[in-house]
Amino acid sequence: MPSPRYTREIPQRFRLEAVKCDKDGKIYFPPRTGCISGKCKKFTPIKLKEEGSVLTYTVIHVAPTQFEAQTPYIVGIVELDDKVSITCQIVDCSPDEVEIGKRVRVVFRKIQEEGDHGIICYGYKCVLIR
Amino acid sequence: MVGIVGYGTYVPTYRIKVEEIALQWGDDPESIKKGLLLKEKTVPGPDEDTITISVQASKYALQRAEIDPKDIGSVYVGSESHPYAVKPSGTVVADALGIGPEVHVADFEFACKAGSEAMYAAYSHVKSKNMPYALAVGADTSQGAPDDALEYTAAAGGTAFIMGDNGKTIADILVTYSYTSDTADFWRREHQFYPQHTGRFTGEPAYFRHVLATARETLRRGNVAPEEIAYAIFHMPNGKFPLRVGKMMGFTMEQLEPGWVVPRMGNTYSGSSLTGLAATLDIAKPGDKILMVSFGSGAASDGFILSVNERINEVRRKAPTFEEMIESNKIYLNYGQYAKFRKKIIMNS
Repeated sequence: MPSPRYTREIPQRFRLEAVKCDKDGKIYFPPRTGCISGKCKKFTPIKLKEEGSVLTYTVIHVAPTQFEAQTPYIVGIVELDDKVSITCQIVDCSPDEVEIGKRVRVVFRKIQEEGDHGIICYGYKCVLIR
Repeated sequence: MVGIVGYGTYVPTYRIKVEEIALQWGDDPESIKKGLLLKEKTVPGPDEDTITISVQASKYALQRAEIDPKDIGSVYVGSESHPYAVKPSGTVVADALGIGPEVHVADFEFACKAGSEAMYAAYSHVKSKNMPYALAVGADTSQGAPDDALEYTAAAGGTAFIMGDNGKTIADILVTYSYTSDTADFWRREHQFYPQHTGRFTGEPAYFRHVLATARETLRRGNVAPEEIAYAIFHMPNGKFPLRVGKMMGFTMEQLEPGWVVPRMGNTYSGSSLTGLAATLDIAKPGDKILMVSFGSGAASDGFILSVNERINEVRRKAPTFEEMIESNKIYLNYGQYAKFRKKIIMNS
């Protein structure tokens, strides 16, 4: 990920910052500048809830180069408690521990490194609530 | 009075047992366990480093402090394993927690003493009324060379303290003291992967000289006798050193045990004595006095005497305790997994 883009996305990747439409209350994550209806451009910034449930998941055995050392690892779609879905890794557990519906908590982790010379990218992942 | 308004510890999920490391190198695990008084150590996950550990520990500290992160005037991260050689850890920690941008950020380095150094600077800022709150973190994901004694102890973890003077301190800081000399007992040169140490020289002229001098003078300045201290924490490079220094100072096992976290965790370097203090705060009662003495090779010790307040009972349950984290959700690694996680072997990529 090029570092200028990474830096610009810090509010959403580090702090789960989203926006809520002032008109219909719809939450947009990542934040948008205009409502999907095209009729509203007034939003209130909000921070998403840090707990949710696993909607679905898959286990990656053949990974892109920068994730090879982590195989097998889990990528899931998590519905946070404010009904916003995020895609992220589910970590600190084995694949057979994950089930649809299990409760998870958002944690701050290293997402990837741009090789040995580039920046280290951080962001959100989830762990099971035990 | 200035003191700690919030504290938080983070313990990684992954562990490796002494037996598993000893098996690789033909060592006798029972003799290692007896010699180091250590059973297992924490290992950072492949997506964990000093920054992620600092963020999680600080998040728990904020939960206990119940303050607006924007009121924090400084973020100091002490570590000997900052992920970048040039680029601060503290900026990531501050942005992840919603602190700043009006904040003073610095990374500290002083072998295992960088965390208490951060505490000292944070405490001093609040005491001099430069800012209402200051965050200090000690965290590490240190490396020990394969088949070196350090490989059994070099662990991962961290603890954060928020200093403040808002009338809601968990523990007031009564005394601070530092004792420093140029002593080459442990070091890592630039571009080197593993640290070097001087074996037995790390004991008497380094650890014991600085820790004992600091403990004695900190107590003298506080006009406190060892028997008036409820709990004492000494830096934990292994299980034996802190118990020996505690005994030399006249402390009992009851005074030392709550903060003696090393047998189940290993040495978390900059996080070591700070995690011992956090584990002690988890069980301390209002009115208890606590002595903490850090040690960093190179070499120096920082001493603190704290007095615990009623608020400890209100905030303790607002974040996970050390005991909950050390005993729950453990995933044990074999040596191959450990070597891969810690990048000790060259993988084909």
